[in-house]
Amino acid sequence: MNTNLIKSLALGTLLAASSLHAAEYVIDTEGAHGSINFRANHLGFSWVTGRFEDFDGSFNYDAADPNSASVSISIEAASIDTNQAERDKHLRSAEFLDVATYPQITFVSTSYKTNGDNSGTLKGDLSLHGVTKPVTINVTRVGEGDDPWGGYRAGFQGVAELRLKDFGIDYNLGPAAEIIHLDLNIEGIRK
Amino acid sequence: MCSSFTGLWNLYCTQWTNLLSRGQDHQRYDMAAKFNLKNNDDCYGWPIIGLHWLMAAAIFGLYFLGLYIIDLSYYDPNYKTLPHWHRSAGMLVLLALGLRLLCRCADRSPRALPGHSRVTRLMTRTAHALLYLLMLAALASGYFMSTADGRGVAVFNWFTVPALPVELHHQADRAGRVHYWSSTALIALSCIHALAALKHHFIDKDATLTRILGIKRENP
Repeated sequence: MNTNLIKSLALGTLLAASSLHAAEYVIDTEGAHGSINFRANHLGFSWVTGRFEDFDGSFNYDAADPNSASVSISIEAASIDTNQAERDKHLRSAEFLDVATYPQITFVSTSYKTNGDNSGTLKGDLSLHGVTKPVTINVTRVGEGDDPWGGYRAGFQGVAELRLKDFGIDYNLGPAAEIIHLDLNIEGIRK
Repeated sequence: MCSSFTGLWNLYCTQWTNLLSRGQDHQRYDMAAKFNLKNNDDCYGWPIIGLHWLMAAAIFGLYFLGLYIIDLSYYDPNYKTLPHWHRSAGMLVLLALGLRLLCRCADRSPRALPGHSRVTRLMTRTAHALLYLLMLAALASGYFMSTADGRGVAVFNWFTVPALPVELHHQADRAGRVHYWSSTALIALSCIHALAALKHHFIDKDATLTRILGIKRENP
């Protein structure tokens, strides 16, 4: 057996293994193993947290080639919930998200760059309030593997910051609340 | 239910009228305004008259306060107090509406004025029914908006009206739309109602306006 054959066999095995791992995942929104949370500072005194209840999306991830990862998410803007109905009504109104005009918030990634460990930087286009702007999400892979019910899952955590003004939302909540912090949890089931 | 309440109401009214007239027997005033507890053929009783004008003032006040509140900025010192007053006063007006409907249910209305045609009477009844309906819609939707996530409405920090145990999807938003349009329609119809009353008073020269002011006229 010559070395070339061994090399090609090894390469074939690797490719087979990587194609096994290069998979598309659907975000497990049915089991609510994912959440899109945000927080805004209230006048510099404390944090108000909220989340979007309805969203769906999918991602591609391959541990052997993490830089090929991609993700796309679509959020129902009207599903915003900050645990205070009249504030949510205000946030859905034309002064903030204007959900009647812009019912969807979408994020489509453009690149992923691993840091060499379980973390990386995800860049993409966020469409919010009718404005599409690039955002950067710092991603950490939390875990990956077989679940107890015969499926295969991978989960990530992400943090990002965005300025409401950049997306044309300029209601004055004070200087402390200009930046919205996003805390994202995404768990996908491999298709 | 209405008739049993009528019995109680009659008893209550008789006692009050006795009590009020006792002190006034020896001093007879030739007053233009005569306030009875109950409605009679020609005039409304003072509970209805009082509720009518109190609610008229409160509803107009609430409407323009409401419009002002919408435009308050987050940093306005009144951003918290004015909505609190608006909600509190609204709950009291809702209570007044309940009382007024009870009064209407228990007592008869004054006779239709002889000068009013059938069309006028029909229009009057329709407009009055609509005014009640819009008041109920505007006040109830305000309550449903304020209690959308199960928190009660504090009425001037005096007592709290609890929320209903059921919640609709996006209740605050839906109730908010009903609140805005029903109160705008209510104000519009109230203006027509007022103009009609002035027309009856100044052009037709009938008792439409005076009998809701408690003034008894010789020629209705």
